[in-house]
Amino acid sequence: MQITRRDFIKISGAAAGGLALGGLGFNLAPVEARAQTLRIRWAKETTTICPYCAVGCGIIVHTARDGSGKIINTEGDADHPINQGSLCAKGAALSQVATTEDRVKRPLYRAPYSEKWVEMSWEQALGEIARRVKQSRDSSFTTTNAKGQVVNRTDGIAHVGSAALDNEECWALQAMMRALGLVYIEHQARI
Amino acid sequence: MTNHWIDIGNSDCILVMGSNAAECHPISMKWVGKAMENGATLLSVDPRFTRTSSKADFYTALRSGTDIAFLGGMINYIISNNLYNKEYMAYYTNASFILGKKYGFKDGLFSGYNKKTRSYDKSYWAFEMDKNGIPKRDHSLRNSRCVFQQLKKHFSRYDLKKVSAITGTPTADLEKVYKTYAASGKKGKAATIMYAMGWTQHTVGVQNIRTMAMIQLLLGNMGVAGGGVNALRGESNVQGSTDHCLLWHIWPGYLKTARASNTSLDAYNKKWTPKTNDPLSANWWGNYAKYSVSFLKSMFGENATPSNGFGYEWMPKVDDGKAYSWLDLFDAMYKGEFTGFFAWGQNPACSGANANKNREAFTKLDWMVNVNLFENETGSFWKGPGMDPKKIKTEVFFLPCAASVEKEGSVTNSGRWSQWRYKAADPPGDALPDGDIMVELMDKIRKLYRVEGGAFPEPILNLKWDYTSNGTYDSHKVAKEINGYFLADVSVKGKMYKAGTLVPSFAFLQADGTTSSGNWLYCQSYTEKGNMAARRSTEDKSGIGLYSEWSWCWPVNRRIIYNRASVDRYGKPWDEEHPVISWTGKGWAGDVPDGGWPPMLTAEGKLNPKTKYPFIMKPSGHAHMFGPGRADGPFPEHYEPLECPIEKNLMSAQFINPTIKEYGTAADARATCDPRYPIVGTTYRVTEHWQTGVMTRWQPWLVEAQPQSFCEMSRELAKLKGIKNGDKVIVESARGKVEAMAIVTIRFKPFKIAGTTIHQVGLPWCYGWVTPKDGGDSSNLLTPSIGDPNTKIPETKAFMVNVRKA
Repeated sequence: MQITRRDFIKISGAAAGGLALGGLGFNLAPVEARAQTLRIRWAKETTTICPYCAVGCGIIVHTARDGSGKIINTEGDADHPINQGSLCAKGAALSQVATTEDRVKRPLYRAPYSEKWVEMSWEQALGEIARRVKQSRDSSFTTTNAKGQVVNRTDGIAHVGSAALDNEECWALQAMMRALGLVYIEHQARI
Repeated sequence: MTNHWIDIGNSDCILVMGSNAAECHPISMKWVGKAMENGATLLSVDPRFTRTSSKADFYTALRSGTDIAFLGGMINYIISNNLYNKEYMAYYTNASFILGKKYGFKDGLFSGYNKKTRSYDKSYWAFEMDKNGIPKRDHSLRNSRCVFQQLKKHFSRYDLKKVSAITGTPTADLEKVYKTYAASGKKGKAATIMYAMGWTQHTVGVQNIRTMAMIQLLLGNMGVAGGGVNALRGESNVQGSTDHCLLWHIWPGYLKTARASNTSLDAYNKKWTPKTNDPLSANWWGNYAKYSVSFLKSMFGENATPSNGFGYEWMPKVDDGKAYSWLDLFDAMYKGEFTGFFAWGQNPACSGANANKNREAFTKLDWMVNVNLFENETGSFWKGPGMDPKKIKTEVFFLPCAASVEKEGSVTNSGRWSQWRYKAADPPGDALPDGDIMVELMDKIRKLYRVEGGAFPEPILNLKWDYTSNGTYDSHKVAKEINGYFLADVSVKGKMYKAGTLVPSFAFLQADGTTSSGNWLYCQSYTEKGNMAARRSTEDKSGIGLYSEWSWCWPVNRRIIYNRASVDRYGKPWDEEHPVISWTGKGWAGDVPDGGWPPMLTAEGKLNPKTKYPFIMKPSGHAHMFGPGRADGPFPEHYEPLECPIEKNLMSAQFINPTIKEYGTAADARATCDPRYPIVGTTYRVTEHWQTGVMTRWQPWLVEAQPQSFCEMSRELAKLKGIKNGDKVIVESARGKVEAMAIVTIRFKPFKIAGTTIHQVGLPWCYGWVTPKDGGDSSNLLTPSIGDPNTKIPETKAFMVNVRKA
């Protein structure tokens, strides 16, 4: 029987901390074993792919089963054929993206000539944006170009981003922008 | 990547040039290390001794912006010493094609150049055709007009002495790299290249990569295990976002954006479907109309019908001959041409070349929408350095989105593996997944047009936009649309496929509207068998690390592309220890082959009429040793960067790339051979920060490890400038200045260029004024907004600066 590192953790986690696992021929230090147990008992495990560079390393995310639903740990996925559990400094710190208090939590609005942000509801923010998109589009829409060819495009709005979105979001985003008539559509791949 | 990360472990020689893999793609080094354990050699070529260099068997330096000279010397070395794979080159590439009489090259210019328009008439670079309209060939490669002989002549000018004078690399070091790498020309040996923005971000970026691709073709390294041309892509899904074409010039699956002159769907398909008269060429792009019509069916659903050209009229068209790329976009914004702007998951205030120009351009907008996880230099530009909010009209909406672990969907890595991610937790506060933001915003816009009407509402109202389940965005629904459906009962090769079922692969797509596919390249990613990207089998049946049932890779789960070039003309692998595919007599074993046709020769050594040439995406079926499609020439040629330290191009009278076009605003200053800016500058990243640092600069562990911007320089330069390690310095270019900590190391050394001493410095571009405090600002405040003539990727890796103590 071949045992991967993850199987090993599962087995060792299921056994009470500190028990000698003679059949496997090795042993975990008691403290480490206890930590493994806690993580497996009290956390839900999901797999993800690192959001940074495009090596595409596998990461396991542990989310608290208690009411908080918070991410409590992230670590390299030992089953992943590329990184085999290893991570770089950024990947190893992934949990901090989710847990930092510095994330922006509500839509913000900065009015013309204002010196500050103010919070806004989604309903209002998206409503206001939709209104501006329509206004910019309607006033800059070009049906025919200088040569008289039909172009049906919106010359007054531009878009950049994003290589950080999921494939499905990228596809939906290009569909939306192209339906709006944008031709200035660019993102990280160009730079 | 033509190959993939694990495959690097199969290599016999790895050249890391134009990237610093150990710093920027750290886990890739696991596979470099694996190859080295098996005896591979690691070569590192970089202006600076990097973390990658520290792991290398051999390191040497070159001046930024001289890669074509360095690699051109390698082509010369390979040909002069007969180290190439002749069979591979003669039969799989266009080296044997005979060039037309109009082709020529003189003193840095190819024939067909128009000085006024700074562009070439590419008809001068055509091949000579036989009576059937097929390029004439000489497989002996002796004809003086064949590509190989012209290539030999072109690169004979790149002798060691000349290359050394340009690059600053000692001739002995050049020879050492050339000899080591060229050893892979032997059958059964493979060498690979790991490159990144160190090659793309130049005014000769495309030709940098072409030079290397040509070396790989000379040595027979394309399609084989441990070979290929491998771009180390920098963002978790920059491969996927490129495949789905968030880019002005292409639609999903690398279909062309419609030009104004493509006046109907038929005209569009006709224009962009390549043709061949050669019955042995698969010419895969001959299927173009099946992919474009299936894409339009995914865009507009039932509203796309044969009678309305499947909604082709609703797609926006670009003007012929005009570019709408990143640099053009910000130039237009700077000139006040836009009222609205979306910066969705991107921070152009720091990531864009000549960032001061971008920051100034934001002040000309009426409104900006900035979607991100964290406050950043783009959304908050109005309170940045040098800005007076009271004078800036731009309204900004900041929309907080979910992080990768707070939503579900797939990302495609550099090796083209589409891997599924799951949701682990809810986003904080009211933050929403990007997909929900899109759906809700577009719903609101659609409602406005439905109720009020407006300019050309058809594309907005006819868009297929049904990607929700239970009121929220559903990534599975989009993933299935990307794959595509049968929209009617369709019979393919005698088998019926029911309407409403998912298409098994792109070979089943139709041009008559009976199939949809948002992106033909991803057709097979989500089928009736399930979500292929979510597969997690750790079994490797291939023995060469393909892991074919772990996730899914485009196209059709082919893990190494161009793999029909990994075998000789009988179908026998060049490298029998690491076979990618091999011909069993009845079919191909191994990886998914680049087409199932039999090998070129029968067992008796006769041409098999059922075969197809291996490079199926090229109309001729042959890889392009001679590349007549490029804007700046069919062969690479060394030109100096826009800003450079020497007054003369030692190769020719053409100082800079003769086809680049400069922008003319006040923000586009440049200084070449200018005593005010005598030092070569370059930019790079650090492991601990990602891109502009918009995510990582908020994380305490990472900021503790890399707290602020720095300017790295040699001891010699530091002494000259009276700068000590740890001093605060000001780095200045013709466009801007930044403050940074001086790091004085032996990792940079002065270059001897054409007899003169030239210094170089480097700065990271991953900092910005928002956070951390006193961390410094982006080094893109220094870089020029000038781009490669083919791609318009900015030249941020070679420019001129000065450094002084603050």
